Amino acid sequence: MKTLYDKLWDDHVVHDYDDHRSLIYIDRHLIHEVTSAQAFEGLRLANREPWRVNTNLAVPDHNVPTKNREIIEDPISKLQLETLDKNCRETGITKFEMSDSRQGIVHVIGPEQGASLPGMTIVCGDSHTSTNGALGALAFGIGTSEVEHVLATQCLVLKKEKNMLININGQIGKGISAKDIVLSIIGKIGTAGGTGYAIEFSGNVIRSLSMEGRMTICNMSIEAGSRVGLIAVDETTINYIKNRPFTPKNEEWDQAIKYWERLKSDDNATFDKVIEIDAANIEPQVTWGTSPEMVISVNEAIPNPSETEDIVKREGYKNALDYMDLKPGMRFDQIKIDKVFIGSCTNSRIEDLRAAANIIKGKKVSDSIKLAIVVPGSGLIKKQAEKEGISEIFIDSGFEWREPGCSMCLGMNSDQLGSGERCASTSNRNFEGRQGPGGRTHLASPSMAAAAAIAGHFIDIRGL
Amino acid sequence: MIAFKTFTGVIAPLDRSNVDTDAIIPKEYLKSIKRTGFGKNLFDAWRYIEADASDKNNHARKPNSEFILNKSPYDEAEILLSRENFGCGSSREHAVWALSDFGFKAVIAPSFGDIFYNNSFKNGFLPIRLTVDEINMLFKSVQSIQGYKATINLEKQIVKTQDGNEHSFDIDESLKIRLLKGLDDIALTLENSDAIVMYEKKRSKFTPWLFRKS
Repeated sequence: MKTLYDKLWDDHVVHDYDDHRSLIYIDRHLIHEVTSAQAFEGLRLANREPWRVNTNLAVPDHNVPTKNREIIEDPISKLQLETLDKNCRETGITKFEMSDSRQGIVHVIGPEQGASLPGMTIVCGDSHTSTNGALGALAFGIGTSEVEHVLATQCLVLKKEKNMLININGQIGKGISAKDIVLSIIGKIGTAGGTGYAIEFSGNVIRSLSMEGRMTICNMSIEAGSRVGLIAVDETTINYIKNRPFTPKNEEWDQAIKYWERLKSDDNATFDKVIEIDAANIEPQVTWGTSPEMVISVNEAIPNPSETEDIVKREGYKNALDYMDLKPGMRFDQIKIDKVFIGSCTNSRIEDLRAAANIIKGKKVSDSIKLAIVVPGSGLIKKQAEKEGISEIFIDSGFEWREPGCSMCLGMNSDQLGSGERCASTSNRNFEGRQGPGGRTHLASPSMAAAAAIAGHFIDIRGL
Repeated sequence: MIAFKTFTGVIAPLDRSNVDTDAIIPKEYLKSIKRTGFGKNLFDAWRYIEADASDKNNHARKPNSEFILNKSPYDEAEILLSRENFGCGSSREHAVWALSDFGFKAVIAPSFGDIFYNNSFKNGFLPIRLTVDEINMLFKSVQSIQGYKATINLEKQIVKTQDGNEHSFDIDESLKIRLLKGLDDIALTLENSDAIVMYEKKRSKFTPWLFRKS
């Protein structure tokens, strides 16, 4: 009896070492500009060539401007983007140019292109690679040395993780999204709760989610400490990947379906840890602190550190309140938002944009908001949204409609928070300075961020 | 990679849990295409008074005199002591490069982010897991004795403090050997080239769509 993770692992073992480590074959390597330059350099210095060029797919995303694409003002960003160009050209690796409508956030374009498929091992020098696990693939983030290792050998030396199952069952409330589900899970198990585990998300709530929602869940498994998030293959998965550019065709498609259909945990498979979540209890979530586990329902008050027994945690809470300029007992309607960011590999897919547009339709962004931006996850999503009239809804209400990229999720480009600015953000990390030095991040779902743009502060969207 | 040798160094306390890799090296400083030079921006937001993303002005920035690494002898510390889940978050190996570049050779904490933990070993940098009780004890000593030192012996898997307390730690045997010998991971894997080729042959029959040329 095997778990989904066991099956994916077993299918990719090239060699077992005698110290509980295995050489694992990598089917897809996604590359972006920030974590790859030193790997290519290492390859060159050692006179090594990529092992299998066409398993690699590169795209610039972290540094790219989301407006005025013609000029990249920061010379260091420019050098990093040019270095990716040069490295791909020299090695023959396929790369989507900034001007290509297929360009976008690396974790968005993999599934969108069918370059990420069920049953694959997928790696990228980026922790949010776990997103791809929603397809029933073994996908995880790696460091730059491992990027070099994959380029040179098509393999990684890994120790198998333990198995964790998170079952989410019950009746999900109206207006509750995948983002609320995953934030509430992180709130419950903590940012280290999944460390050392591959997490499989299961239960009737997961089964009823779209692929977009599933990707949001797996995307943030790293925020629960787990490199690997997984969801079993079902009809939703197969329907999603059908007819995408890199997806197998004809007889190979039929053959692939047979292979993919077994990509679920056996009924009696044993997990090292099982967590049950009752979906009925999940309310709209907003983070208040500087770690994704510092999350509460929009209707709860900011917590009081003195009510926390753990001393280390109490200190963490105090630091977070101080950095976020919040006081215990405050309510979200008392906390004024300066900027709103809808985007990132967590929430920039068409479904996310539809949900946000649905909230703001016919309304105006509050005068107190300095900037509200929407950054689609890829050029194709942008096009689709424009076709559906979603872009107009955003623009009419006062949002800026941008070009695809990582944008304000990490502010390596010019989209940043100023010091002390407070942001309602659909991204994944509320760490100190993540969106810009001194910036203050509140993570929430696209609907919640959109509603905050209109009200000027967070509100419970269920009351709209 | 340089082999890891037994050394004695000052322990710098960083009394926080969940120190993420964004805090270790903020994204403003990830734009270099080299592996060196990140040390001056280690813990940048905590280390300097004003935020300044521009490298060239770095020398003119006012250090935060309250921050531990700006105080002697911790500005030359070689061991970092911290709390739970050190190195969580982003996969950026730059975090390890920044710690090494500053002069750290090891970090002691009760637990680590998985990717950070792995990245450390690729760079001759040793993450040491001790129990929460041992960490509490170390914090107590470090905070009461200025410039408190320890000797780290990887071979014996022991942290020996200046007052003679010994804390043994667990580590994967293979990771230990790689660090002690400074082995090249890629060269080691390429010794299994035949197995990789054989796997590809077998797998391409079973899942041919993964082996198409385009």
